[in-house]
Amino acid sequence: MSLVNYLVLSGILFSIGSIAVLTRRNAIVAFMGVELMLNAANLTLVTFGRLHGDLHGQVIAFFVMVVAAAEVVIGLAIIVSIFRTRGSASIDDANLLKS
Amino acid sequence: MSPLEISTGEAVLFWVLAPLMVAGALSLLFAKRPVHIAVSMAGVMIGLAIMYIMLEAPFLGVAQIVVYTGAVMMLFLFVIMLAGVDSSESLVETIKGQRWIAVVGMLGLLVLVIAVVTRATLPPAVGLAEANADTNPVGVARLIFGDYIFAFELTAALLITAAVGALVLSHRRRLSPKIGQKELAEAKLAAYGKGGSAEGVTPPAGPGVYARHNSADMPALDAAGIPIDSSVVTVLRVRGQEAEAADLDSDRVARIATGEPMVPEIAPATETTKENEE
Repeated sequence: MSLVNYLVLSGILFSIGSIAVLTRRNAIVAFMGVELMLNAANLTLVTFGRLHGDLHGQVIAFFVMVVAAAEVVIGLAIIVSIFRTRGSASIDDANLLKS
Repeated sequence: MSPLEISTGEAVLFWVLAPLMVAGALSLLFAKRPVHIAVSMAGVMIGLAIMYIMLEAPFLGVAQIVVYTGAVMMLFLFVIMLAGVDSSESLVETIKGQRWIAVVGMLGLLVLVIAVVTRATLPPAVGLAEANADTNPVGVARLIFGDYIFAFELTAALLITAAVGALVLSHRRRLSPKIGQKELAEAKLAAYGKGGSAEGVTPPAGPGVYARHNSADMPALDAAGIPIDSSVVTVLRVRGQEAEAADLDSDRVARIATGEPMVPEIAPATETTKENEE
């Protein structure tokens, strides 16, 4: 086994996350797809860090984690406030600018 | 620097974890209820944390469990309970064929990423034994509080902004005076006094058919034998888990509906005793 397996796994996870973002209509589920993509990128960073014998990958993954946590808080607050005004968590219903 | 040797134990752990993680991630595409997806995503996060520890990043592994499994996914669960627990997903495509285009795009991305990763000429793996000489957290801390100190300070600003932003976004200004229990009861009684419905004044019917089925998914029957939908909890009704009275006891329900007496043979003697009592 080589470290490439981790990179392949990360690619699979990233693809699954991206298709979830593209196809799921529930805003919360689509948002979880974004989280999965961020985590797949983190796995790549950590793997390359180990490959090169360098801790910088881990530090960047750590910062990605912090930014993702902040992003989740804001995103979920937006979803909750949309749900309060529109009564729905579906991303197709949020067409306030169109109508 | 000696090249890294990956132990058999790590390989076994990888091949046990990786299918589990992919299966958990696939629930994003195939599971129907958001709660199931959130819980299996928490499983994927735990798998990732174990992988970080395998990859000689124990600090990041622990942070992954604390931040993702502990905070982020539980926040997701909170919001699902708040907003989307009964939201059924619409299957109407707003853009025609979007789903299939997305599938093709994802397969293309997958093939591209895997091809690049497997065909690239990577340098021999070094491993972190040298970098982690003073334990991993110390090594990471040296970098964070050294090279990355400015980014770290910015992170503090980001987090405080996010916290304030979440408070502002989820704050709702009160547009009408607060309606408490007392005001609600008075309004209901006033409406009933003006000839409105008795709903809320008399207690609502509970679920179950007396002496037959008292489970929570069974609607009560009113005097005419018609099921009262409001007697079943909303969640069960929305999920479609409400039982039909007719499913369990069809002939009895039919008899109630036709007005046939439930105890057909009443001895005349009991009737006379009843009259006497009255």
